[in-house]
Amino acid sequence: MADLAELLRGAVAGERLPLARLLTAIENDAPGIRELLPGLFAAGRGAHLVGITGPPGSGKSTLVNALAAEWRRRGRRVGVVAVDPSSPNTGGAIMGDRIRMMEHVADPDVFVRSMASRGELGGLAASTWIAAAALDAAGYDPVLVETVGAGQSEVEIAGLAETTVVVEMPEAGDEVQAIKAGLLEVADLVIVNKGDRPNADRAARQLRAMLSSAGGRVARQPPRVLVTTATTQEGVAAAADAIEAHRSAAREPLHARDRATHQLRRALGELAARRAASSSEWESTVEQVASRQVDPLTAAERLLR
Amino acid sequence: MNDEVRSTPIRVLIAKPGLDGHDRGAKVLARGLRDEGFEVIYTGLRQSPQMIVDASEQEDVDVIGLSILSGAHMALLPKVVELARERGMDDVLIAAGGIIPDADVVKLKAAGIAEIFGPGTSIGQIARYFREHARRRS
Repeated sequence: MADLAELLRGAVAGERLPLARLLTAIENDAPGIRELLPGLFAAGRGAHLVGITGPPGSGKSTLVNALAAEWRRRGRRVGVVAVDPSSPNTGGAIMGDRIRMMEHVADPDVFVRSMASRGELGGLAASTWIAAAALDAAGYDPVLVETVGAGQSEVEIAGLAETTVVVEMPEAGDEVQAIKAGLLEVADLVIVNKGDRPNADRAARQLRAMLSSAGGRVARQPPRVLVTTATTQEGVAAAADAIEAHRSAAREPLHARDRATHQLRRALGELAARRAASSSEWESTVEQVASRQVDPLTAAERLLR
Repeated sequence: MNDEVRSTPIRVLIAKPGLDGHDRGAKVLARGLRDEGFEVIYTGLRQSPQMIVDASEQEDVDVIGLSILSGAHMALLPKVVELARERGMDDVLIAAGGIIPDADVVKLKAAGIAEIFGPGTSIGQIARYFREHARRRS
């Protein structure tokens, strides 16, 4: 592995192979990555971080491709991190998001990287946030993070992205689906894709009606609901406009604090787990939990002491 | 050969260069490699050598696997090697699978295709070959 600082320099200078190799080192948590982080963040240029999530088959990758095309027309350089699930059994993965994005492959101003989730359950990989930071440092803006096909509660993306877009499709469920807790609650923008299917507009109307009635302790604005047909670019310019319009709201202190709190909690959890696992008492504590001499929470408290 | 266990999955890009639309083999292989613990990036049909190398560069894969059944292998496969080496991807293993006559196999290997897997090759054989020959990472 080449010198990480050198890879970062190359990436910041706009070279693709150093960026690609830096992303691999980030993904593998290679030795030296921790030390590189301050420099990586200092090199950040404040890219708009946009999360694209939604159920499998709703058209997330096709929409990312269409949005990339739209932002290229606007002269922006677009970075994409596309996450697909790792097998819980073998650790293997098939990453196919790129199939929908091949029209941009030769464009030096679009960079697409596939990432396997490697055991994380929230729809992202553990190092996705660092990968996004690397694309920011390399001058891509916006940076789009496409999650694993999400069910109802993979809401991790909302803690990372400044703007979270939930992609739905027509006939994906009735009005009750829209008022359940979970994914739709973290949406800053809802896109009903496959707008050429029957009932797309009706689905959008239903979602709008149900999402706008939030009250009580919910502070955030109800999300806008738009319809796109990503395969034909229909509605995609309006979607790009809506995402851009949300950028300033996302940077208000209240929202920035929410994300920071989430990210800090995550980092703390990860660090604590790592420290504890390297402690000399780790093995014996695992034994004690396994033989039910102690409950997991009490054991964890002991390890952190 | 190195027996040490890699701590991180090997990344493989599976591509179909050229114009033939027969991707069942590529998909079966992608699935089989997934089950062997590889991270497989599948780019789909009708890729030019340029597209394959561009994608491989961004994905920083350890292995490029080319599936070809059209008969255009002599025109397309050496081009992939050439472009990859031009980009500085010297340590990326490039292998191919498909129906390729023995005489061409010799020429393709001379052009830098590391190995060619013909009909009847098992997924296990391919997985073993990739494990033994893909570059090592820290």
